[in-house]
Amino acid sequence: MGGFFSVAAAVAWRQVYKYFTNPAFLAPAFFPIFFFIAFAGGLTRVGDVPGFDYAGGYIAFQYVWALLQAVSMGGAFTGFSIAGDFENGFARRLMVAASNRSGIILGYTIASLVRVTTTGALVTALAVLTGMPVRGGFNFFGLVGLAVLVNVAATLFGSGVAMLLRTQQAGPVIRTPIFLVLFLAPVFVPLDLLAGWIETIARLNPFTTILDAARGYLVGEPAHGLTAYAIGFALVLVFALWAILGLRSAERAG
Amino acid sequence: MGPSLLTQVAAIAQRSVLRTARQPAVVVSALLFPMMFFSINAYGLDAAARIPGFPADTYMDFAFAFPLIQASLFGAITAGADLARDIESGFFDRLSLTPMRPVALLLGMLAGIVALGLLQGVVFLTVGVMMGVDVRSGLAGMVVIVVLMVLVALGFGGLGAILALRTGSVEAVESAFPLFFVAIFMSSINLPRDLIEADWFRFVATINPISYLVEGIRSLVITGWDAQALLLGFGCAAGIIVLALGGAAASLRTRVA
Repeated sequence: MGGFFSVAAAVAWRQVYKYFTNPAFLAPAFFPIFFFIAFAGGLTRVGDVPGFDYAGGYIAFQYVWALLQAVSMGGAFTGFSIAGDFENGFARRLMVAASNRSGIILGYTIASLVRVTTTGALVTALAVLTGMPVRGGFNFFGLVGLAVLVNVAATLFGSGVAMLLRTQQAGPVIRTPIFLVLFLAPVFVPLDLLAGWIETIARLNPFTTILDAARGYLVGEPAHGLTAYAIGFALVLVFALWAILGLRSAERAG
Repeated sequence: MGPSLLTQVAAIAQRSVLRTARQPAVVVSALLFPMMFFSINAYGLDAAARIPGFPADTYMDFAFAFPLIQASLFGAITAGADLARDIESGFFDRLSLTPMRPVALLLGMLAGIVALGLLQGVVFLTVGVMMGVDVRSGLAGMVVIVVLMVLVALGFGGLGAILALRTGSVEAVESAFPLFFVAIFMSSINLPRDLIEADWFRFVATINPISYLVEGIRSLVITGWDAQALLLGFGCAAGIIVLALGGAAASLRTRVA
C-alpha cells in the first residue's frame, strides 16, 4: 500500500510542477471563462423570461455551469497530458519504475484537482467581480464538493481513454463526450423552460441533477443534493473502473 | 487573368476539394457540428422568444444564422490548416519550382472554400427548413443567404490563409480557432443588440462586424427583405474579403520572396 501512495505522490508532484511552470496550465479555464462572459454578458435578459425562477439571477445561473465546465475540462486536459506522456515515452518508463501502477491514476487525479482549484478560483473570482451574489453561506461547500466529484469523474474518464489509446489523437475522444454531456443539460434556462428534444435528453442526463443541485447550493436552496452526490460518487466509481481497465490495457501493450 | 492561370487555379481547386472530400471526418464535422450546436441553442434558448420585444416568432428562426456563420469559420480553419500543411510538407516549395504561379495556390484554396461553403449552405438550408425554420424571404431569399454565406466563407478563408502563410504552421492556424469562436459569440448571434442588457457587451457587439453578417442573414429569415440589414451585411462581407485577400496576397509575396 505504501508503494501505491508513494507512486501517487511522485506522479502528482511531477504533474503539479509541470502545470505551474507552464502558463498553458490555465488552458482548461479558457472556454469556461469565455462561455461565462458570452452567456452571462449577452443573455442576461433571458433571466426576465416568465418562469425563470432562479433566485441568484442570470449571472449566478451561468457561473455554476461555467465552474462545472472548468472542472470537467481540467479532467479532460489531464487525459491529454497522459496521452502526451505515452507519446513521449515517459509513461512507459513510469510503468516500469512504479512499484504499484494503480498509484499512477491517483497521482494524475490529485494533480488534476490541484489544477482545477486554480482554474475554478479564476472562474469564481471573475463571477464575483461581475456582480454574482453568493447567498448560500456554508451551502457553497456543497457546490464545491460536487465540483470535486465532477472533476475526479472527468479525470478518471480521460485517464481511461488516454491509457487505452496512448496517443494524443485521443483528444477528441476525451473532449467530445464531455462537451456533449455539458451542453445537453439546462445551460441557458432551468429544465422546465427547455423545449423539444433537448428537454427529453436533459431530463435523462445525470449531469442535469448535479447542475441543478449545484445551482441550489449557491443560493442556499439545495434541492436533490443527496441524489446529486449519489450520482457523483457513482460516476467516480464507474470511471475509476474504466481508468483501471485503461491501465491494464497499457500494461499489456508493454 | 489569362487562361493559363485559370487552368492552374482549377487544378489546385480540384485538389483542394478532393482533399476535403477524402477526409470524411472533416466533411462530417463541417456539416454536423454547426447543426448540432444550432439545434442545442434553438431548443435550449426557445424560452428567449418570450422576452418582450423579441423580433422572431421562434428562437429557431432567430438562431438560424448561427450554423451558417459557424460553418464558414470551420471552413476557414480547415482551409488555412490545409495550406499550412502544404507549407510544412514542402509542397508549397516544390510548387514554386514549377511554372505554376503561387497565386494559383491561394486562389485554388479559396475556390475550395467557396465549394465547401456552397455545400454547407445548401445542406443547412435544407435541414433547417425540414426542422421548421420559416424563411420569410422565400426561395429567392434562400439563394441570397447562400451567396452571403459563401462571401463570409471567402472572407474568413482569406484570414485563414494569412495565418497559414505568415506562420507556415498547422498548429498555429488551429490554435486561432478560439479567437474566431470568441468573435462569433461576442456579437448579436444569441440576442438582438437592443435586447442585450450589459452595456459593454452591446458595445462590443455593435463594433463587431460579425454582428452585421449575422443580422444580414437573419433579416432574410425573420423579416423578409430588409435593405439596410442586407446592405450592412454585404458591405461587411465585402470589407472583410478585401482586407483578408489583400493581406493574404501580401503574405504570399513575403512567403515566396
